[in-house]
Amino acid sequence: MIYSPYYNVLVVFIALIGIITLISLLAIFLGPKKENQAKKEAYECGIPSPHTAQQKLSVKFYLVAILFILFDIEVIFLYLWALNFQELGWFGIIEIFLFLGILLVGYLYILQTKALDWES
Amino acid sequence: MTIIFSIIVFAMVLIVGFHVAPLMTWVERRQCAFIQRRVGPNRVGIFGFTLFGLGQPIADAVKLLFKEDGNPSYVQPFFYFIAPLIPPVTGLAALMVIPFGAQDTFFGTVFSPQVLSVGAGFLLFFAMSSMSVYGVTLAGWSSNNKYSLLGGLRASAQMISYELGMGLSLIPIVLIYQTLDLQQIVYAQSHSYLFGFLPDWGIFRAPVSFFIFLITIFAETNRLPFDLAEGEAELIAGFLVEYGGMRWSLFFLGEYAMMFAFSGLISCLFLGGYSLPYLTHESLIHIVQPILGSFGSIAVFLIEFATLIVKMSIIMLIFVQVRFTVPRFRYDQLMKLGWVTILPLALINLFVTALVLGYSSFK
Repeated sequence: MIYSPYYNVLVVFIALIGIITLISLLAIFLGPKKENQAKKEAYECGIPSPHTAQQKLSVKFYLVAILFILFDIEVIFLYLWALNFQELGWFGIIEIFLFLGILLVGYLYILQTKALDWES
Repeated sequence: MTIIFSIIVFAMVLIVGFHVAPLMTWVERRQCAFIQRRVGPNRVGIFGFTLFGLGQPIADAVKLLFKEDGNPSYVQPFFYFIAPLIPPVTGLAALMVIPFGAQDTFFGTVFSPQVLSVGAGFLLFFAMSSMSVYGVTLAGWSSNNKYSLLGGLRASAQMISYELGMGLSLIPIVLIYQTLDLQQIVYAQSHSYLFGFLPDWGIFRAPVSFFIFLITIFAETNRLPFDLAEGEAELIAGFLVEYGGMRWSLFFLGEYAMMFAFSGLISCLFLGGYSLPYLTHESLIHIVQPILGSFGSIAVFLIEFATLIVKMSIIMLIFVQVRFTVPRFRYDQLMKLGWVTILPLALINLFVTALVLGYSSFK
């Protein structure tokens, strides 16, 4: 088997997951077990909850997630350009500015439609 | 041989990483006390040796281990169980890209004291830091509590929003050093000088990037002034409401591990990493080699390790200082700061850096 540094990632993850799971399992076995009805209820206000908490969410959160994906892909593209900055020269700079310019129009549109305005 | 060195370095990183969280709880309480003109925890000691209360974290850890591990009836058991495991695993795994010393020959083997020495470098770090969002979000969702749900949602929206600013703020660094490998970035920072006297650190080359990055890591790690996911005043403790005992503390282990990993990244990118100012790795070897002979490279590695730990500790102290100095933001202000201020500022910074670098290198 040829040694690759990426095997370290595997080892690190197995070791970390093992240690952390061990700690949390240890706590389960070491702690006392005294159950009562009040402990089993949701920590809210003392009045029994009429329904579960997992309901509809504000649409703003979804909007933020969608916008994040758009801009995050942009950031990854920029990393590729930044790594090849010296070879691409002015051509790369102009191209990436055009790319960012198009995205900037989208960004201004987002601002103008108040997609990021949390008060509305 | 390389594998053995990898294991040794990994063990060192793990030992340091696991001790950071308990130590930081003590440092945080102590520093908070000094800011507020109190004494802070200073009583716990072993056989009468209190040592400024350094026994406190041990006592806390023991107490947390022996607390009841509540198992509420309304949660989703599987996700409720695995959610606290995610932040510490990702936070400690992020530490593996940090170089803790220069590449050198140890007993005939060329080795770089870094658990994962690959070219992808800090992109892998970003992957890890993004993964920790899952822990918080899952905890909020699976707890089946309104406060938890709001806390988890807030945390996820906030962390992904600030990730943009974080990613953009580091592009000038890639432009300047032309690599993603942290080992090479640190090497470049320690081997040249700006204007002949300043060490060529990232903070002097790209100061705006440094400040944007510093702001975003506060949001990424959910620290005050951006800890709206926890926000005691409005959400009690956010996603932590339904957790107790050791599982609750695992979130804190994750938070502190992530802070530690981020302070490692910021030291490597902006503060010269393991290098001492005005002393390159080679000149250190030249000083130490005649005294210690073949153990010189080990001694130099330990010196560099200690240097990086000191730099990281300073950043951690800044975290605590800011926590007790700046008041908490409101949630809409936080999102506005991320999207309307930091994102354009990072873009402008990128434009200016690219133009200046392009002008100076292509003419």
